[in-house]
Amino acid sequence: MEITFVVNAEVVCLTEPDPTLTLLEWLREGRGLTGTKEGCNEGDCGACTVIVTDEHGARTLNACILFLPQLHGKAVRTVEGIAGPDGVLHPVQRAMIDHHGSQCGYCTPGFITSMTCAHLNGETRFDDALAGNLCRCTGYAPILRAAQAAAVEPVPDWMHDAVPEVGAGGTALPQSSDDLAAWYMAHPEGTLVGGATDVGLWVTKGLRDLGPVAFLNGCIDLQRMDRTEGGLRIGAAVTMDRVHAAMEEQHPAYAEMIRRYGSAQVRNAATIGGNIANGSPIGDNPPPLIALGARLHLRKGDARRDIALEDFFIDYGKQDRAPGEFVEAVSIPDQPDRLRVYKLSKRFDQDISAVCGAFNITTRNGMVQQARIAFGGMAGIPKRARAVEAALMGQPWTQETVRRAQAAFEADFTPLTDMRASAAYRLESARAMLRRAWLEDQGAAISVLEVGP
Amino acid sequence: MSIAKPLPHDAAALHVTGAARYVDDIPAPTGTLHLAFGLSDVARGRIEVMDLDAVRTAPDVVAVLTAGDLEFDADTSPSNHDEPLLATEEVYYAGQPLFLVIARSHLAARKAARLGCVTITETEPILTIEQALEADSRFEDGPRIYEKGATDAALAAAPNRLQGRIEIGGQEHFYLEGQAAMVWPQEGGDCHVFSSTQHPTEIQHKVAHAIGQPMHAVRVETRRMGGGFGGKESQGNALAIACAVAARLTGKPCKMRYDRDDDMIITGKRHDFRIDYDVGYDDAGRVLAVSFRHYTRCGWSMDLSLPVADRAMLHADNAYDIAHMRIESHRLRTNMCSATAFRGFGGPQGMLGIERVMDHVAHASGIDPVALRRRNYYPSARAVADGQSPGITPYNMKVTDFELHELTEQLLQRADYAARKQTIADWNAQNPVIKKGIGFSPVKFGISFTLTHLNQAGALVHVYQDGSVHLNHGGTEMGQGLFQKVAQVAAARFGLPLERIRITATDTGKVPNTSATAASSGSDLNGMAVKAACDTICDRIAAHLAERHQTAVDAVRFEGGQVHVGDHAISFAQAAQSAWMARVSLSAAGFYKTPSLEWDRIRGTGRPFFYFAYGAALTEVAVDTLTGENRILRTDILHDAGASLNPAIDLGQIEGGYVQGAGWLTTEELVWDDAGRLRTHAPSTYKIPACSDRPDVFNVALWDAQNREETIYRSKAVGEPPLMLGISALLALSDAVAACGNRYPSLDAPATAERIWATLETMT
Repeated sequence: MEITFVVNAEVVCLTEPDPTLTLLEWLREGRGLTGTKEGCNEGDCGACTVIVTDEHGARTLNACILFLPQLHGKAVRTVEGIAGPDGVLHPVQRAMIDHHGSQCGYCTPGFITSMTCAHLNGETRFDDALAGNLCRCTGYAPILRAAQAAAVEPVPDWMHDAVPEVGAGGTALPQSSDDLAAWYMAHPEGTLVGGATDVGLWVTKGLRDLGPVAFLNGCIDLQRMDRTEGGLRIGAAVTMDRVHAAMEEQHPAYAEMIRRYGSAQVRNAATIGGNIANGSPIGDNPPPLIALGARLHLRKGDARRDIALEDFFIDYGKQDRAPGEFVEAVSIPDQPDRLRVYKLSKRFDQDISAVCGAFNITTRNGMVQQARIAFGGMAGIPKRARAVEAALMGQPWTQETVRRAQAAFEADFTPLTDMRASAAYRLESARAMLRRAWLEDQGAAISVLEVGP
Repeated sequence: MSIAKPLPHDAAALHVTGAARYVDDIPAPTGTLHLAFGLSDVARGRIEVMDLDAVRTAPDVVAVLTAGDLEFDADTSPSNHDEPLLATEEVYYAGQPLFLVIARSHLAARKAARLGCVTITETEPILTIEQALEADSRFEDGPRIYEKGATDAALAAAPNRLQGRIEIGGQEHFYLEGQAAMVWPQEGGDCHVFSSTQHPTEIQHKVAHAIGQPMHAVRVETRRMGGGFGGKESQGNALAIACAVAARLTGKPCKMRYDRDDDMIITGKRHDFRIDYDVGYDDAGRVLAVSFRHYTRCGWSMDLSLPVADRAMLHADNAYDIAHMRIESHRLRTNMCSATAFRGFGGPQGMLGIERVMDHVAHASGIDPVALRRRNYYPSARAVADGQSPGITPYNMKVTDFELHELTEQLLQRADYAARKQTIADWNAQNPVIKKGIGFSPVKFGISFTLTHLNQAGALVHVYQDGSVHLNHGGTEMGQGLFQKVAQVAAARFGLPLERIRITATDTGKVPNTSATAASSGSDLNGMAVKAACDTICDRIAAHLAERHQTAVDAVRFEGGQVHVGDHAISFAQAAQSAWMARVSLSAAGFYKTPSLEWDRIRGTGRPFFYFAYGAALTEVAVDTLTGENRILRTDILHDAGASLNPAIDLGQIEGGYVQGAGWLTTEELVWDDAGRLRTHAPSTYKIPACSDRPDVFNVALWDAQNREETIYRSKAVGEPPLMLGISALLALSDAVAACGNRYPSLDAPATAERIWATLETMT
């Protein structure tokens, strides 16, 4: 493997790098660039945030769970590269000083890179841009004041990164789904790396040796989103920030869940295919996708097949996927938006769901015509609530029907107790979510995120 | 003058460019070795066999040490000599270090540390309060009891009486920079330690002991920490000691940092508490008597638990003048990580106990909770100055500086309390799902170490012949802005702009025998010590110039970068040059000890505190009654920092302290399983507040009044007190829940969405 990328305007070429060496480790140990910090080593705190530019533009990523081959053909800017060539501070840096945005300073490089990237992209939804940067000292208020103050300043001319010209990096960096299919047939025991927001932890926390690894960042065709007849086909390697943008119009409740489920850094790295393929019972994409009737496109060599997404999840840790077979895309059928998605977690932003419920309930003349309901966190797999659906179908969409359908939850789910929630709370809040879906149709205020003082 | 200016943090420009160095950023010499601990995964048992062959033969491993391999007694305890660096025969908690891996890289050490095959015969761990009481597993012989008045009789005679209980969870520090240390071996067996610690002298002391050397053989340096919050008062000892032991063995520089999960599993956290209360009150809402029982799980070793539990007792009254109070404190030994210092040091837990009592009494008597609190406040400082008798705390200290009557009045006006309370009631009447609540809490926090001898500080100041100043003192910088505040003091004494003052790393070779930077005391103690050193040098320069110009010493003034001698003025640099040429010493040590302290912790009587810091907060929240999800909508704070040395830095402490306190009582939940293993050991499962969790509307202001005691420029300590303003968030959530029924909610902490939901279930 040979990879080429840019770090703070300097082109770097690496031959046969350790494929699971993280950018963070390489920056700190290999380059002496110690401004980028390790806070958690799992992509949750943002102290290691860097700006990565490619043909899609500039985005923030967590360097602690970013493997070097993922950077092939991209440009990285670390906190050391934010000030001008002559040492002039970037407006964001100036504002952070003036507004007392740093105390201990350890999270500050990550905030600076996140804020600088938002500034570059004209992004002013700072709560979202900074949801993945934890600060334990300031309480965030002065950081927000700094971000707002810097927003009116122009982008400095040194902030535009050029992407390096590169060739193919080798077979572990396939350039298309055809290449990938061939590689995976040759290495059925291998690991596919999309955004590494999960696989990264296998390395940094599990300390696993992954064996053969292929990186999906070169597979351009897997990164396509195509309007097809009757739906939207989303390539497996499409990152969640792009899914978010696509869903904002089509299914806003799904988009709102995506906004919360991972920070900007995570959404920018995580792929929709990875979130499905790893089969997690608490992955947040499957419930809304199942509720929308999504279909999964699988490929093994040249053989392709489509299945209903819910059929992919067989049991805890077990999916309907053969060795050498991979998720190529997922399709969402076009439909009028009736989707409600409720994500329950200890913290609103950047937290794993205790329960994620998705409700796609269509009514006609006050009667439930169709109901597709799916949950994460309620079973060993993302799962449809078929008994609840049955209790709703053909019934009047009323409080009484909701009450009766709530009794059906136990037929569908026997959730577990863990550090995120008790079994009883999971079950009762899942029931409450159905009531919330009904209340929302009645126009009641149902979200604490939407009320003010 | 540099005092009272809202100057940025001294290292702000380094922070924002990534140039500020933390321990792990210091370039390590070639050949530096890296360490990791192998940990116990059981909470209690006897080690039968430690098979470490796979660890020793793992790639890049240089050596593996167990307790038996240690040349000297390596103990990490700051108090009781009960924490062996590596477990000997018994294991006392899941996460306890069993063996030490020395390897050529951090990753190699971590990987090898997981390859140990340790056979432990498990015994039943003591995990719960009930188990500990049953086994009489505790520190000290029995409960510690402080009492004022005749509590039982007063309770029996009270017109109204109620009982209750609050469970208060612990808190992980989650300093963004994990624990880290590096040791460079020096000639003759000496060692130079870089440590991310709030207490360099303790590191020096413990390292010296562990390598069998006097303290003079060990030099500890700390430029800054990436957050401390009490978590680096004693919890860094193990890493520094391990590095020193390994450096001595190998002759190589050694470095150790915990991966985040290891950090959270190994190190101590805030003490959790259960507080039972029995309160008597009259019909006007005047609290007549309270009896408290504090139960706290201290973990496997003593660490700092005794003074933590003491401070909880010392804040059981908070702002309230209660004639009869009894506090009984049980410090329980359990098979968990050893609970340690955390911002507030027990004070927050004790304070939450009495705030719960006030809230409960207000609910039961139908009196507005703010009015009820004000009715029970201590007499104001103004009234005391006018001749009214001061209130007396349960530990027999007079409260002569009470600011909260006036401060509360001003806060309520600024926050428009009365009108908003009505608006919230109207909202709740109209909205079945989302309920709002509002909560008020005052803070009266005692300033000084309760171990009286710790209230001392030293400084070392050099003026060079070019007039530049080198500043050093025993305090450490963890983000609180101490270095800048103290530099402002030095600049003010010399009449110099700040850039002439060089702030330098805390160093046991410069200022010895220091106390931890803790108990909010950093600026009070070190500011005074630095002032003393600066005064000495100024006096010497003044004497020299007075003699030379044949004027009185008091005609020499240091102002505006110049030294004025009568009508004549020279630059400070010229003055320094002149003094140097005249063979005047331009270096001085400074020393300070807090006056007026006298404290008997066994009897619970005396004056443990020099003064009190005050503040109050009003928080409004919204709760989703379907799931318990909730959010802070608005917070108003007025806080007393005396005559602030730096209002910007102090406001930063207040905003940050509030959010950290609110996090403690809402989303930050520590979960242990039935076997005593911590299940929340990473930010993926342990949720500190994120950006959007700060209040939508967040109005914070300083109560502008001088400290009535003679502190450095009449300022007040501000590190810990604001954390307790977060109690208002819990009370607001309870208020919202109370809107769903007639019962008192008895909401425990942390009030996660699930706990609020469970409490809502009890309301109907």
